[in-house]
Amino acid sequence: MKVLNVVGQRVPMHDAAAKITGQAQYTDDLVLPGMLFGKLVRSTVAHGRIKSIDVSKAKALPGVKGVITGMDIPDRVYGIVPKAKDEHALAREKVRYIGDEVAAVVAIDQETAEEAARLITVEYEELPAVFDPLDAIKEGAPLVHENTPGNVSAQIHKEFGDLEAGFAASDYVFEDSYYTHAQNHAPMEPHAALASYDALNGDLTLWSGTQIPYFLKRNLSTTLVIPEQNIRVIKPKVGGGFGQKIDMFAKDFCACWFAKELGRPVKFLYDREEVFQSTRQRHPMYLTLKTGVSKEGKIIAQKITAHADGGAYNSTAPLMITLSCFFVMIPYKIENLVYEGYHVYTNKPVGGAMRGHGIPQPRFAIERQIDQIAKRIGVDASEMRLLNAIEAGEPHPAGFIINTCGFADSVREASKAIGWAEKRGKLPFGRGVGIACASFPSGVANMSHLASGCVVQLSSEGRVSVLSGAADIGQGAETVIAQIVAERVGVPMEDVHITAADTGLCPLDAGTFGSGVTVRAGNAALNAANDIRAQLFPVVAEALGCEVDEIEAANRLFWVRDDPDRSVGMRDILRQYQYIDRSLPIVGRGAWVPPADSATTLLTNNGNLSPNYSFMTQAAEVEVDLETGRVNVIKVLTAHDCGQPINPMLVEGQLEGSILGGIGYALYEDSTCIDGQQHNPSFLDYGFPTMMELPEMEGIHIDTDDPIGPFGAKEAGEGTQLAPAPAIVNAIADAIGVDFDRLPVTPDMILAALKKQREEAAGEAR
Amino acid sequence: MGAKRILTLNVNGDDYEVVCAPNTTLLEALREKAFLTGTKRGCDLGACGACTVLMDGEAILSCITLAVEAEGRSIRTIEGVSDGGELSPLQQAFVDHGALQCGFCSPGFIMSATELLAENPHPERAEIQRRLAGNLCRCTGYVKIVEAVEAVAQGAEGGAR
Repeated sequence: MKVLNVVGQRVPMHDAAAKITGQAQYTDDLVLPGMLFGKLVRSTVAHGRIKSIDVSKAKALPGVKGVITGMDIPDRVYGIVPKAKDEHALAREKVRYIGDEVAAVVAIDQETAEEAARLITVEYEELPAVFDPLDAIKEGAPLVHENTPGNVSAQIHKEFGDLEAGFAASDYVFEDSYYTHAQNHAPMEPHAALASYDALNGDLTLWSGTQIPYFLKRNLSTTLVIPEQNIRVIKPKVGGGFGQKIDMFAKDFCACWFAKELGRPVKFLYDREEVFQSTRQRHPMYLTLKTGVSKEGKIIAQKITAHADGGAYNSTAPLMITLSCFFVMIPYKIENLVYEGYHVYTNKPVGGAMRGHGIPQPRFAIERQIDQIAKRIGVDASEMRLLNAIEAGEPHPAGFIINTCGFADSVREASKAIGWAEKRGKLPFGRGVGIACASFPSGVANMSHLASGCVVQLSSEGRVSVLSGAADIGQGAETVIAQIVAERVGVPMEDVHITAADTGLCPLDAGTFGSGVTVRAGNAALNAANDIRAQLFPVVAEALGCEVDEIEAANRLFWVRDDPDRSVGMRDILRQYQYIDRSLPIVGRGAWVPPADSATTLLTNNGNLSPNYSFMTQAAEVEVDLETGRVNVIKVLTAHDCGQPINPMLVEGQLEGSILGGIGYALYEDSTCIDGQQHNPSFLDYGFPTMMELPEMEGIHIDTDDPIGPFGAKEAGEGTQLAPAPAIVNAIADAIGVDFDRLPVTPDMILAALKKQREEAAGEAR
Repeated sequence: MGAKRILTLNVNGDDYEVVCAPNTTLLEALREKAFLTGTKRGCDLGACGACTVLMDGEAILSCITLAVEAEGRSIRTIEGVSDGGELSPLQQAFVDHGALQCGFCSPGFIMSATELLAENPHPERAEIQRRLAGNLCRCTGYVKIVEAVEAVAQGAEGGAR
């Protein structure tokens, strides 16, 4: 790792003290004078036509200030992906899942709003509903959206090489099917929105717990028919997102609508059940893999068919299925490859971006199948991964440009560290080790609206103020950006003050998704800081009597690289800057967009999907309790190529959080939905890992220095969420010899499999 | 709902007069009536620990405690943990170890860990895990939280206040 002053250091988050003292303000902490409180009325049927809505009793309740239904607001759809917009803030003719929004009320306090919501009666004509994507694509299945025959709202078909010739040339061809389930993001902070309206100027301000302030602003404008320049979206602190807050929701639109109509601030806050039921979840997916291999384990050809359960609306559908497709082409080299993916509507809660976004599902299938194939043909599962490993600089079938790649090293290091040679297949029954691999983009290139901007202001007293559009949702984006600026301008962290994700003040940014913030917004900040240097350093060079490119800067001090005794401080330089009559503050501007051949869509075109790619191998050791079927994850280690970490402490935090999320995904987190009704929409019933489930963890840094990322950085937020689940299930297979093909692997499944195993053994013995 | 009445709640040494219904929770009284918003609402079901406060020194879940139950008791919230502008050693340890990300669960963790260290200044790792298992965190994976509490327990950050 390179040695720098601020970048690469374990710097605490700049807002850590505010958070740890309770002073940090999240959306629901904000209170405005005259504020009203809102509540939504949600569908109680999975699929139905709205016959009538009676709001008279609600309107008559003292304290109620407004009631609206879908017919009272403009007939405009919203959505995060422009061409896949399919959602109304409030349903108009039809409801499509239990939890769909049908009406909204506001009142002087929360109790009154809730009482009013209960007084609204909705009469439905119930329609036949469909709850499984494989049923939904059958002829004659109920249509969730009338304009979408077959319920397939997004699909992708990619073909590389010659699949059939590849299968023909293979020594073995195996076909296996897998299923992954619904996981909820379960951010600790429930979703909230607060809007206020200035009647004189027509200005609308929305505070929202969002990952995408600029997309939200645009959608507010188009749906509520308010000019975009009159809308300001401010992201307060966000209490976790994991992709769930990439979307916008009825709360945002209704808060804004009422604020404008009533001229008073309006707040909407979702309860935990609404978060589970009516926001987003990880797409369940059916996957079938047909894979041809040589007798050594080289993958010659692979066909993957995927059906994603999208629930009632699109959300990120085209992007999700595209990512799902493109990331089966990495980290393995597969010359003959076909991916067919379908995003299918059902009458269920809506699928959306969740940490990994469409990729953990095929990763589970691929990494499971590699282990199964290795066993069937008698090769080592770790060696088989190495044999197929992608390398930097190789031509890629889809056009990925991979400048740095620590993948093969990650396989070797993780295998070594978990004790693969000594443990795999050699531990006592009930105990096992497994590995799984992955790669992830540092944000998505080749699509529109992916630029980030940054403004850095250096004041006369040396205060560095940064404006960035990046949305910090708790991962530390603001800290990373501040570190980059501090490093380049040559000041300590405490001199840098960042204001971010306020669309009224900050330059455009795409938002927090695709794990692209550090590379994209980080590069924008780097460019802005370089602009400061370009203005300031000629004055420094003059003061020091040297050339600009001889200057080193750190801790408010500038010196000549080869003669450190020749130095000058920031205050002196800023004074000199003023004396020569240059205007202060010095303002640096920067922007960055991932290099791409053309702004296009990867749904139809190939190309370099991302500015750079992270790689990782994760290894797990588990112990299966043969009495209870419970799995104890003893250890998870990660060999990780995330380039040069800007802040190793924050990278570790991302890694550790993903491992716990991966344990939950592998073993128990399951948003259960039966006939359209969610059965566990609470923290008590859903259950995600607590401190008691904490395994031993170890991170191994695979050192690469990426030429595109700022200071060599790559993504570190999402990629590590991909491999823990298959690594754990592979370890379970090693422990008890059972190959599970669906998630989560519950104690019931394990006990049933062990019972079957005993019965078969007894049968053979007879 | 029943008749509302004025309660006097002693929070962080100060008396707050708040109008509460019989079913008003302590969490609602703190956040919405005393404007002490450091205590967080995560689930309203006593399942996540984000609303943890100390009542007569004991960590309780304010979202499933009625405000009336808190009358005459001594309530300590996250706002009462730091001494003026100074972080408590436990808070400082959380900051230094990166034991927080989004920060939404952090006040609850600080309250639970403050109670733990007051009872046992030197807990072993297993006890820390057991005692803090009622506080959920979705970001950190808990590792750094355990390490921060351990650092205080082992004296690296001074004792808990």
